[in-house]
Amino acid sequence: MKKLITTAVLMAGLATAATAQDLPAEVKARQGQFRIMALNLGVLGGIAKGAIEYDAATASAAADSLVGVSMVHQPTLFKEGTDSMSVDGTRAMPEIWDNMDDFGTKWEAYKTAAAEMQTAAATGKDAIGPALGKLGGSCKGCHDTYRAPE
Amino acid sequence: MGVLKFLVPAAVVAAGVGLWLTAPTRVDPDRYAGLTGDAAAGEKVFTAAGCASCHHAPTGEDKLVLTGGQPFASDFGTFYAPNISPSDQGLAGWDLVDFANAVTRGVSPEGQHYYPAFPYTAYAKMQTQDVADLFAYMQTLPASDTPSQAHDVGFPFNIRRSLGGWKLLFFTGDYVLPASPEAGGERGRYLVEALAHCAECHTPRNALGGLDTTRWMGGAPNPSGQGTIPALTPDKLTWSAEDVAYYLESGFTPDYDSVGGHMAEVVDKFSKLSAEDRMAVAQYVKALPALD
Repeated sequence: MKKLITTAVLMAGLATAATAQDLPAEVKARQGQFRIMALNLGVLGGIAKGAIEYDAATASAAADSLVGVSMVHQPTLFKEGTDSMSVDGTRAMPEIWDNMDDFGTKWEAYKTAAAEMQTAAATGKDAIGPALGKLGGSCKGCHDTYRAPE
Repeated sequence: MGVLKFLVPAAVVAAGVGLWLTAPTRVDPDRYAGLTGDAAAGEKVFTAAGCASCHHAPTGEDKLVLTGGQPFASDFGTFYAPNISPSDQGLAGWDLVDFANAVTRGVSPEGQHYYPAFPYTAYAKMQTQDVADLFAYMQTLPASDTPSQAHDVGFPFNIRRSLGGWKLLFFTGDYVLPASPEAGGERGRYLVEALAHCAECHTPRNALGGLDTTRWMGGAPNPSGQGTIPALTPDKLTWSAEDVAYYLESGFTPDYDSVGGHMAEVVDKFSKLSAEDRMAVAQYVKALPALD
């Protein structure tokens, strides 16, 4: 009996561990795209703060990557049934799926801000700070409503 | 009979003392006499105090129309931010002393206690000129005729008089930490502890909803029921002062994740303050005493 319970407990533990790792491909992909954003924002933020020396090629490469992510078709990644209530390991709130149009508008705001960053990155160091502010605003604009707290 | 003779007067006295103790305490009107509010200066107070974050309509696009209606869940029920626009449903007809009583004492013009979901325990430390400026600025905002929604609070918390007891226990109006130049000075403390009322979310509450000041900024469960509000104390928050100031300006964490939830509204306000103010707040945060 003891053995049986122990086995059951162990298996339950394994099952939980497995769910945490086996996120749906869509969730992994969207978390990945946000990481790509964060890494490239890090380069531009470093330049704006003076921690990284400005050169047009570095700044533009980062900005181009942000634009690249902005072109990914989001409905493919935000698939029905992959919200925070249905999947453990995502903070995408179910409200996204209730307000897909608004969610799309918010993504468009990011797209616009990323395009402006592309211009700013080629222009010079001082243009990057304000463009970052706008980009950050587009992140906040969406996270304020659609990302669950940690 | 002999016992009753004693008990009845004792009960009357106890009830009298209870009523006296729980009666609303108001500001001294003399402190506000002769003050003239400056609306332009009031806009900065309004931004730093984050009034709009809670009082704009839940779906309102214009965050300066202070219609109210956003729900705030708590262990005691759900509070709805009231209309505080300059309309008959809001602050029309109030004078500066009414406003000061509301903001710094949690007392309505009719003498009713407000629930401490409204952070008057922090605003109690607001300078009188700032209160006057804030009041002047709020008169310039658009009016909304939407009536305030009643709070959804069960017995016994629906008895407003009981809030007098709550205030006796938890409403001191004192600062929690001493001001020092390394901790952002008077300005940093004023911004964190009074205007921006950071502790309201970042400090845990006791069973009666009072802030547990022994765990100041130690993080707390999110009153919405989802997740937690992070601790700001150095045992948990490892960002530099520059990181904190940059986060308050841009909404980016040091690893370029972005701010979310209600904090996005807070960053939106901080981004409109001066770089000196943000750095003062950051220094206050970095100087917080560590918890276990």
